[in-house]
This record gives sequence, structure tokens and C-alpha cells, in this order.
Amino acid sequence: MKTLRALFTPRGGIHPRYFKEPSAGLAIETLPLPKLFLVSLSQHLGAPSRPLVKKGDLVLRGQPIAEPAGYVSAWVHAPTSGVVKSVDSRLTANGQLAGVVTIEADGLDKAVESDPVNGDWTTRPVRELVDEVLKAGIVGMGGAGFPTQVKLLPPPGKTIQTLIVNGAECEPYLTADHRLMLEQADRIWQGVLILKRILGAGQVRVVIEDNKPDAVAAMEQAMKGTDGDVELVIVKTKYPQGAEKQLIYSVTRREVPSGGLPMDVGALVENVGTAAAIQAAIVDRRPLTERVVSVSGDALRTPRNVLARIGTPFSDLIAFCGGLTEATAKILNGGPMMGIAQSSITVGINKTTSGLLALSQARVPLFTSMPCISCGRCVTACPSGLLPCTLSENMEAENLEAAEDLNILDCIECGACAFECPSHRPLVQHMRQGKTKVMQRRKQREAEAKKATPT
Amino acid sequence: MDLLTGNPILLQTVIIGGTGLICAAILAIAARFLHVHEDPRIEAVTALLPGVNCGACGYAGCSDYAKHIILDALPVNLCSPGGEATVRKIAAFMGVTATLTERQVAVILCKGDDALATRTTLYNGIADCGAAQQIGGNGKACRYGCMGLGSCARICPVGAIELVNGLAVVHPDLCISCGRCVGTCPRRLIKMVPESRFIHILCSSQDAGPDVRKICKVGCIACTLCAKVVNGVGITMRNNLAVMDYSVPVTNEETITKCPQLTIVKRSGTKEGAA
Repeated sequence: MKTLRALFTPRGGIHPRYFKEPSAGLAIETLPLPKLFLVSLSQHLGAPSRPLVKKGDLVLRGQPIAEPAGYVSAWVHAPTSGVVKSVDSRLTANGQLAGVVTIEADGLDKAVESDPVNGDWTTRPVRELVDEVLKAGIVGMGGAGFPTQVKLLPPPGKTIQTLIVNGAECEPYLTADHRLMLEQADRIWQGVLILKRILGAGQVRVVIEDNKPDAVAAMEQAMKGTDGDVELVIVKTKYPQGAEKQLIYSVTRREVPSGGLPMDVGALVENVGTAAAIQAAIVDRRPLTERVVSVSGDALRTPRNVLARIGTPFSDLIAFCGGLTEATAKILNGGPMMGIAQSSITVGINKTTSGLLALSQARVPLFTSMPCISCGRCVTACPSGLLPCTLSENMEAENLEAAEDLNILDCIECGACAFECPSHRPLVQHMRQGKTKVMQRRKQREAEAKKATPT
Repeated sequence: MDLLTGNPILLQTVIIGGTGLICAAILAIAARFLHVHEDPRIEAVTALLPGVNCGACGYAGCSDYAKHIILDALPVNLCSPGGEATVRKIAAFMGVTATLTERQVAVILCKGDDALATRTTLYNGIADCGAAQQIGGNGKACRYGCMGLGSCARICPVGAIELVNGLAVVHPDLCISCGRCVGTCPRRLIKMVPESRFIHILCSSQDAGPDVRKICKVGCIACTLCAKVVNGVGITMRNNLAVMDYSVPVTNEETITKCPQLTIVKRSGTKEGAA
């Protein structure tokens, strides 16, 4: 085990103010059990889960309430014991309408009995461990929410040599991963070792930004004495350093090809939160029903790092953190760069909710977007090497063909371009809109091609 | 020779003029030998079509449709903007009998403008309904209603959709039935209906009655009164919403007077009846 500084840094990127001070020094506190839970059935990427419960059902903590509806999908578990009040379609924290199971807690918080352990994880068959990860409903907890078991089963011919553990946490305000590394480094490390065994990866790289020296020390302590090709890599503080492809570049100097996956360059990235969740699932035999959320922002009276159950309404978290000030202008699910603005606080937190921000008017001024002045600042900032200015104009002209040719699908929606734009152009919105439309168009084209060729 | 080299103006005139003459000769020969014979009827039918190039017929503009009428013997009644008159003219030209279909007009099934429906948050993003829908809407409390960002109004080739106080409204007299607006609405609020229909239920909310009352003054609360007036024929209750079935005629104006929320309105789609 050794600690070293990364020699490379991804292209582009920005240096926003980090605002981590309000919550970085605060220990994780457990939220008292709320009365009502709003558990979304679409917390992950892929097909929304199929509900297994109906109105009036009694559920126990950890009981599955929805099953995967496809290969890329996930299990969802009841966050506490109680009665199912409704299963219907509602607006969720990721801004989409999705199925939501509303559970009224009975306050007893009774858990389901977990299956007996079949021996130690160091000797159990790998396939069994992957199944347990699936059954525990684990998805990428850094933000994208990609079902973890899918990543753990690379298709034949692809091997993972490098397991990268993402503790960069480059998003401003957020300190959930930082606190987790400080307080539960041993759990994270055990989770990483389980992942290493499942993947058979030769190299393990734990990556932390250089603005968190205490987290580096804590992880070093946990990793001490581990044999093999294990390194703790300290990377430059920069946004979006913690994005999957950017992190792979910093560590391995390999670029994930356009349209490709990390496994194309033999790497796999897991967030520290996901590693901890895997440890809980396999060692403690608890499915994913809680996570650490940084509740912060200048419109919140007392920022905190909170351990909350999945499905906890935003309103309960805000109340626990002293409530909102009158100057509140915006509530976000996630960080200020990639978070999703909320129109209501009666939505539940997701497995991917790493932060809940309440920002005042001073931080989110209203703006009028103006024409592009071709200054190129977005091009310099783009970590994916795209031309956000041109793409945005293509979207305004609805020129999807040109947008596709300029690789709009490689956009990671990090928001660095919009942060830099002096004309306040809604670049990220254009990108998101464009990606959806280009994907639709591509699917349409594929369907037509299929129709045209006789089978 | 001295005359040309000694006089640059004359030299240039001869070179440019000569090049032009040679090109003209090539073009004249090419026009004769590479001539493509086009059915003159295509041009004639194109002239009969309205020339809006809206695509309502399913082809890339008027001349493309004309080409398909001539070459593929396509039905002549597909041009909705042209209406009855155009169909008759083309039918006469082609010597076929056309089946006339009733003119369809767009109707937007939402009545909640900014004065009647609540907004919870301010939207400061792209003025495009699809973009707003990606982040859960633009702050209108009703997640089924018109967001009023006007994507339908922008795509309308004849300006028949107007934004009035944060709500898109169709002017039925201007509508050319091309149906392009239908697909642009991310909330699927726009419907093409026969022009003779004059009773419309302008709501698409599937929320329960009490929830609708909280956020919209003119939303359907699923009281079922209108459905009772017509004994469920033509108006059916579906997911907390009275839904008009436009394939069954509903002419009883009591449905309008009975509606406690004033959701149901009388609005004729005909050019004469438009107020």
C-alpha cells in the first residue's frame, strides 16, 4: 500500500468556490424516524422497479417492496416497518414522474429476519456475492444510480484490471462521502475488498481530492498493511474531477472511448458510499435502506450531515436542520452543479441523494440568457472535449444531426460550461434536451432499419 | 494581337465573355440530352394545393404529395389545410371521386391559465415545454396542465395557437388541421377533434378532486355530473377525470351548465362559429 499524487489531471474543468466548510467538520447524525416515507420506484438508471406491495400491506424494514423490471433495474426495500398507504405515480426528487410507495411508519422499526450467513465472504462463490448485491438493491450512490450488479458482471471478453474507488467528491457543498471516509473508513475498505474479490481486479486505487487531507489520513489508516497493488491516489481539487471518465484518466491516463464504457479500458469506478453499502449488504446482511446526506446551503439554519432512510421526505430533513430562512430561493436534490431543482419538498430522498441544498437568492440570481459571443470559455471548461456553444446553438435550431455529429452524447452534464458562460446560456439544459432527442432519433432510426431488413 | 495585349479591358472582356459563351453552349447541349421528363400533372396538382408545406398529409411538402398522387395514385383527400375545396379541385383534375372527411381542429385540454391555476416555483430555464418537462415542469402546481411555454405555438405553421396569460389557446378558425402541435406537447394535452364538436372538457388532471381544488380553480374534480347528464354515453370517467369520447356525438348543453368547476366549455370549431 502506498500513497501518491496523481501525475495527470483531466482536461478542462473549473474551480468554483467549494462551500464545504459549513458541514465538513460535522459528524454524521442519525435522523429520528420520520412518520411518512415516500419511496420512489425509479431511483436508479434503467427500468423502473415493479411494485410488490399494495395499499394496506404491512411491511417490515428491509422487506423488498419492488422487484427489478429488467436486467438494468434494482430491488427497492422498505425503509422502516409500517403500513403501505398508497402506490401511485408522483413527482420524485429526480424531477420525473415515477411510481412512489408511501409508507406510514408504525414507529417500531421492526426489521425482517435476514437469511443465515453461508460462511465468510472471503470463501463464498463470487456469483453468490453478486446475487446478494442485487438482492440488496445497491445502485451507484455517487449520483448516477447505475445498478451495481450489472457493473460487476462484465460481458465475456472484458476484464477489469483496475478497481477505482471514488472518494473525490468534487461537487461543491457536499460532504457526505468526506464524512463517511472519516468515520467509517474500515467499512468502506472492507467493501472495497469484497468488490476486488468479485471482480478479480489486480489493482485497487482509492482516489481522494487534495482538499480532504483528513480523509486521506483516515483511508490510509484503514488500508494499512494490505498486500497487493493497492494505492491511495491524491488528485488535484477541480470540478469535475470525480466524474467517472475523468477519474479514470487521472488514475490510469486512459481515455474511455466515445460511446464506450469504463470496462473498455479495463477500469471500474465505485463510489465510497457504494462500497460501504456493499459491506453492509454482505457482512451485516442489511439491504440498502439508508444513506448519508449532506444537508447544506446558505438558506438553511444549521447545515448537517445526516444518516437518513431512503424515502425520507425533504421536509423532515429540512426541519431536522433548523428549517429554512426566509431568503430561500431554490431547493436542490444533489449539489449545485448537477443537482435537480425541486418544486416541492414533499418528495423522498433517493439512493442517489448525496446532498440536499437550500440556496438563497444571493446564490441563485435570476438571469436572462443572451446570444453566444463565441468566447470559447465553455470549450476550455468542457472536460469531455466538446463544443457546448455550438451544440447549444444546434439545439436552438433543432439541428439534431449536427449535434449528433458533434458527439452530444458524450456530454456528462457536469455544468462546467454553463458555470463559465458569460452570456448565461442554458447550456446544460440544451445538452440534456439534445441528448434525449438524439437518443430518440437514434432509436427511431434503428427501428426503421430493422423494419427495412427482412429477418 | 497587339490590340488585345495592349488593351487589358478588351482582353478581359474577351476571356470572361468567351468562357461564358462556352459554358452556355455546354448547358444548352446538356439541357437537350440530359432532359428528365416530369409529368406536367405534378406541377398542376402542386398548384392546386395550398402551399403551406405543413406535412399533414404525411409527405415532405405539397409538391411531394402531388408527386405521390400522380405516381402512386394516393387518395386525394389527405390535405387537411386545403379543406373541402382543394379536395374537390384535385378530384376533378384527377377524375376520381374523393371521400370527404370532416375538418379536424386542435383543442388543448387545459383551461388553467395563470389567473386560475397555481404556480409553486419560478422557472428560469429554456422556454421549451420538452426541456421543462425533463425537470418535472416549470413550476405549475398541476403536473398534467399546460405549462404555457409555447412549444406548440412555435411549431404551428399558421400561428393558430396563441399564448394567453400562460396558457396555450387554439384559434379554431385559423387551424389548418395539420396536427403538428399534437406531438410537441410533452403532456399530451392536444387533441385533433371534428370541427362540429362544440362541447369540450378542458382538463387532463388525474389528481383526486380535493387535490385539484387546491391548485386549480377550473380543474375537473371528477364529480361525474356531466357523465350522468349523458348517461355515460360520450363522457366517461377515467382516473379521476371526465373524458370526452369524440367518436360519440355529445350535444347536450346541460353538461356545460352542470359542471361546478366551469371546466366544460362551449367552443365551436367551425370557421363561422369561432368567437
